[in-house]
Amino acid sequence: MQLVVDGKKHDVDVEEDMPLLWVLRDELNIKGVKYGCGIAACGACTVHINGEAVRSCQTFVSDVDGPVTTINGLGTPDALHAVQEAWVETQVAQCGYCQSGQVMQAASLLAENPTPTDDEIDEAMSGNLCRCGTYPRIRAAVKLAVTKTQGV
Amino acid sequence: MSKVGKIARRTFLIGSAAVVGGVAFGVYKVKTPYANPLEEDLAAGAATFNPWVVIDGDTITLIGPHGDKGQGVAHSQAALIAEELDLEFGQFEVSFGKPDKAYWNTAMASEGVPFMSTNQGFAAESMRSVMGGVMKLMGMQGTGGSTAIPDSFVKLREAGAVARETLKAAAAQKSGINTTALKTEAGHVILPDGTKLSYQELAPIAAGLDPVTDVKLRDPSQWRLIGKPMQRLDMLAKSTGTQAYGIDIETEGAVHAAVKVNPRQGGVLNSYDATTAKSMRGVQKVVEVTNGVAVIADNTWRAFQAVDAIDFDWGEAPYPAEQDGHWAALEASFNDDQLDSKWRDDGDVDAALATGKAITTEYRAPYVAHAPLEPLNATVLVEDGGVTVWTGHQLPRMLQQMVAAITGHDQDQIDFQNQYMGGSFGHRLEFEHVRQATEIANQMRGTPVKLTYSREEDFAHDFPRHPGIARAAGTVKNGQVEALDLQVTMPSVIGSQMGRANISVPGPDSQISAGSWNNPYGIANFRMRAYRAPELAPVSSWRSVGASANGFFFDCALDELIHAAGADPMQERIRLMDHDVSRKVLEAVAEMSSWGGQLAPNSGRGVAYVESFGVPTAEVVEVTNTPDGIRIDKVWVAADVGTVVDPVNFENLVQGGVVFGLGHAINCEITYADGMAEQSNFDSFEGMRLNQCPEIFVKGLENGNRIRGIGEPPVPPAAPALANAIFAATGQRIREMPFSKHISFA
Repeated sequence: MQLVVDGKKHDVDVEEDMPLLWVLRDELNIKGVKYGCGIAACGACTVHINGEAVRSCQTFVSDVDGPVTTINGLGTPDALHAVQEAWVETQVAQCGYCQSGQVMQAASLLAENPTPTDDEIDEAMSGNLCRCGTYPRIRAAVKLAVTKTQGV
Repeated sequence: MSKVGKIARRTFLIGSAAVVGGVAFGVYKVKTPYANPLEEDLAAGAATFNPWVVIDGDTITLIGPHGDKGQGVAHSQAALIAEELDLEFGQFEVSFGKPDKAYWNTAMASEGVPFMSTNQGFAAESMRSVMGGVMKLMGMQGTGGSTAIPDSFVKLREAGAVARETLKAAAAQKSGINTTALKTEAGHVILPDGTKLSYQELAPIAAGLDPVTDVKLRDPSQWRLIGKPMQRLDMLAKSTGTQAYGIDIETEGAVHAAVKVNPRQGGVLNSYDATTAKSMRGVQKVVEVTNGVAVIADNTWRAFQAVDAIDFDWGEAPYPAEQDGHWAALEASFNDDQLDSKWRDDGDVDAALATGKAITTEYRAPYVAHAPLEPLNATVLVEDGGVTVWTGHQLPRMLQQMVAAITGHDQDQIDFQNQYMGGSFGHRLEFEHVRQATEIANQMRGTPVKLTYSREEDFAHDFPRHPGIARAAGTVKNGQVEALDLQVTMPSVIGSQMGRANISVPGPDSQISAGSWNNPYGIANFRMRAYRAPELAPVSSWRSVGASANGFFFDCALDELIHAAGADPMQERIRLMDHDVSRKVLEAVAEMSSWGGQLAPNSGRGVAYVESFGVPTAEVVEVTNTPDGIRIDKVWVAADVGTVVDPVNFENLVQGGVVFGLGHAINCEITYADGMAEQSNFDSFEGMRLNQCPEIFVKGLENGNRIRGIGEPPVPPAAPALANAIFAATGQRIREMPFSKHISFA
């Protein structure tokens, strides 16, 4: 099977029903993508396929029908995505384990809806669990990212 | 100080921080100090110090031995050293160091004594001192009990100051200028003519000097970092997926393991059939561990799949199989034989109850799981000459001892590499996952074994928060609360937790009553009796421990009496409060929330106050009763920690603690059926999600005369403030967590 992840092509020899999450983490060693629940209940494994946020723990690798972007490809410490910039400036993280998924979910939201309302932010981000309870800062960071991307 | 060559031989003790050609500083000299792990080759009679600062030719490394579960203590520890050492962020690396007795926690013992934290009298302080001595003798290095900052606040600044003054002495030797004419700034000693000598270039000279230990800590007015908003060191990595956690450890040649251990915790494995599992792709081995079986595969998912394909015959649970049996055991524990402590008996409660019409109520708190988002994991390599363990853990030295007992090595042959933790909430005080990984690796010596729990295995073996029941009776008179008689029963969490480590802790378990007995109210007649329920399901410290349930019991019972008296919930708490710092906390939260102001229709407010871990904390919750259920709109929090080290991190931790307290109060419980936890993932144990999160306003007060940690104290008042708010909005009293059993939430 061939996958394009963060702009790089990979040939993988795995079972068709292996979740994309584990192909990324254990076969391709892309560790920014996190395992939290395995049942799409926490969002820690969120990646983009064709630009859309999906839970990689519930996506069979054989169902991947386009390029995959992970947190490690969205931006890097030297070249941050606007959402990551906002996350750093707002100091969202505590343990940080969920934040890969939070950032990917937020980036997908803003790509689809550059100026979400408060309710739209809540709706889009509520599938991503944060056990540390950083939700007030997640909301603030999404709003900061909006201003960064809108240049206002 | 050590000679360079001697330090070089100790490099393995400080992990990544090479000290070739460098110098290691320590401080916190005590009368009979532990040997400095960096300098154990020193000649007899030489001074020994604890290791916190290491400078080599290129790198300055600050060692903070407290583990980082998300509370940001890796940053805070470094900031405390850098404050006195005059380092800027970016000029140093941080390390958790190696387990060592020298890193004994000076603050951890003080919670277990029968003196209120607000009591700083002679007897209370003496007992704390004795307990501290016990911790020191045990070499008890640990992170927990919101102690990382109290433990570090003085000694890490002293470490920085000693290093600074010794570097100045080195600069004086090099330049011939008296130290009094030298200054330090941003990693350099500055000579009067402006010449800058870097700490790194001075290190080889400093290594030959006796450290300057007669140092005076700077006045708070001179602080550059403490008390000011800081940018946490880990934010960039945690926003870019580049922060490595234990679960991300990659070592050459590692294999992946998954386990299934009897979900009836503590029950045995009768038999199993792994025929199918062994034939599955990628499976290399099936081995037994205590009470369970592990599959070794070439990929985590394949190991999960294969272990799921094993047929098991499990033994019975060593506790009641059904949840009703757990509650029945608690209900039967309110008797004199099981009285564990009676640490408050003010006034004459019996007389007061006999004269007035007693109001009686009962409250319950269930088992709840820690469920940190990073599932438990451990990577272990066992070799004949030593063992390496990579995982995030709160008790490094106990971990070493446990591993050594399995593999037969000496404790100092266990190389423990502590990792950033994807949460803990207390679960990473436990050892089972490390034990299992070690048992597997010991059967595969020479091969690193990475054990990852599936979320389901993590829930099945969570060692949840102990459940509790409280019975309250009280009276009111002339519009005031006159008497409160509170009886609480819980299994002993300390007994369960320490019992698994084969440590017997004598005396009462402070955590059965913590959060109830110690609230510094001056209720005329107040009695608090704590009963030790029998050991049921194995339980463990859950963020804020006893206070997580007791805060709910005590404060709701008080709130019911206040309403019965017809008094204002805020004003009556303030009237009853017998502790100035706490009264100011209540007054602050009243002012922040404009308590007493007009509310929207169907809205209500509740206030709660709980002192835990020495931190008086008051919270006001505002809710609205909507057609979709209770909506939590706003929360105001005031807490007094003496000194706020970083207001940004403080606010984040308080908000998180409120979310943690509210989320579990509304919808989380672990229940047992057929001896197993019925909840196995976040679909049945949800906690709070972003759409339910209220606005949370935070104020840190600094009236207390002692610095405290803020990791746990925001949790206990959240549930009672919410229950009291729901009563104010609806007239319905909720006396059992999770509240969703009794009312819907929007």
